[in-house]
Amino acid sequence: MTYLHNIGAYFLMIAEMFRKPTKWSVMKQLILKDIDDLIIGSLGIVAFIAFFVGGVVTIQTALNISNPLIPKYLVGFATRQSIVLEFAPTFISIIMAGKVGSFITSSIGTMRVTEQIDALEVMGINSLNYLVFPKFIALMLYPFVISIAMFLGILGGMAACVYGGFSSLEDYITGIQTDFIPFHITYAFIKTFVFAIALATIPSFHGYYMKGGALEVGKASTTSFVWTSVVIILLNYLLTQMLLSQ
Amino acid sequence: MIEVKDLHKSFGEAHILKGITTSFDKGKTNLIIGQSGSGKTVFLKCLLGLFDYEEGTIAYDGKVFSQLSEDEKRNMRAKIGMVFQGSALFDSMTIAENVMFPLKMFTKQSKSEMQDRVDFVLKRVNLEDAHKKMPSEASGGMQKRVAIARAIVNNPKYLFCDEPNSGLDPKTSIVIDNLIQEITDEYQITTVINSHDMNSVMEIGEKIVFLKNGLKEWEGSKDTIFKTDNESVTDFVYSSNLFKKVRKMYLEENE
Repeated sequence: MTYLHNIGAYFLMIAEMFRKPTKWSVMKQLILKDIDDLIIGSLGIVAFIAFFVGGVVTIQTALNISNPLIPKYLVGFATRQSIVLEFAPTFISIIMAGKVGSFITSSIGTMRVTEQIDALEVMGINSLNYLVFPKFIALMLYPFVISIAMFLGILGGMAACVYGGFSSLEDYITGIQTDFIPFHITYAFIKTFVFAIALATIPSFHGYYMKGGALEVGKASTTSFVWTSVVIILLNYLLTQMLLSQ
Repeated sequence: MIEVKDLHKSFGEAHILKGITTSFDKGKTNLIIGQSGSGKTVFLKCLLGLFDYEEGTIAYDGKVFSQLSEDEKRNMRAKIGMVFQGSALFDSMTIAENVMFPLKMFTKQSKSEMQDRVDFVLKRVNLEDAHKKMPSEASGGMQKRVAIARAIVNNPKYLFCDEPNSGLDPKTSIVIDNLIQEITDEYQITTVINSHDMNSVMEIGEKIVFLKNGLKEWEGSKDTIFKTDNESVTDFVYSSNLFKKVRKMYLEENE
């Protein structure tokens, strides 16, 4: 029953979030601030993880291909497929659920605990629109982060492959060009877009509707990470089934 | 003026407000007092529209709040200033930005006009040098004064204060009380204060509403509270020996 209530409250929150802002000029500033906090602020960790995980994927693939009949360019091919289809959109989104999601939950939750949300409401400001809508719009730039993760993942794989001596640069480049299906990029960005909606709204829901004090802010951040991850994994399965299966 | 008629509010099985009828006068500091759990905070949040209620009406200058459309409610709220118990300053903004916030949201003033108004109200609450400080760098008393400045910056018609003296030393409490009373007189606003502080009751209680178990038990002023023979009020207000002596002296002097 609680789950049904929460699902209903979640969708009502989304409807309320899309109401007209009190002032567009203020909203523009909030959006720019959230782009800085949520998107620009995440680029460093995303770049670092993407580069090195790309390298690890390449090394693992290379080490598991010992049969001389399997062409060397397969390392590049497998790396590209892993990174474009799953690692960049899904794995990075789980990391972002931890980084961005807990930031959103704790910042909104702290505002709830310290009555700052009540202060907004008393002033006649739609607090959901003021707090959640800019985050939602900022995270519409999330595919940009994922495209960087894709590029750096493949680059990291190339560095590990060439400098680790697993295959030549030519073989790796041949691999990443082999059997390239442009729809895979579309599929990855559709997933990313849907995950961005989950990343903006689920942590906001847990922060906005939390009750209690400082301890509960911490608990709400953990719960929000768990639920965002669960929803991302489920959406990943559903979207893959819908978009890739024949 | 704010008029409340037969206000009922429950949380599940718990009936918190059991039919409160009272009014809060314009240009006066109206105090709501009562023991913890008497329903003061719930009453204040109903007045502010933060809680829905089951029965009764709350009318702001004749306009019944629950009958207004969502837009009208938001417009009405723009005329309300609120000082929260914990100040509720936006911790990502400087003190000046906090005070400027209602102007940015609800007026079309230029930046220099807004800056002038912020300078004026910060001076009014004796914080002319605090513009660039963050709320976390300000003391409790300063935070309360910033909250008052933010509440009055947009010339509200109604000012609500929830425990404005909580956590403050007696001297700072008197500064805050006097400031609230001066602002109420100066701008002729309807001020409603939720308080536990008996000093405030004696200093600025031009109208006092005493709540007990979700009901209005008594109402009067700082002058009539000395003379009342309502046992619940005297038990609550004169619970300390000091206040008992003060009351005795007052009554002896006025005999």
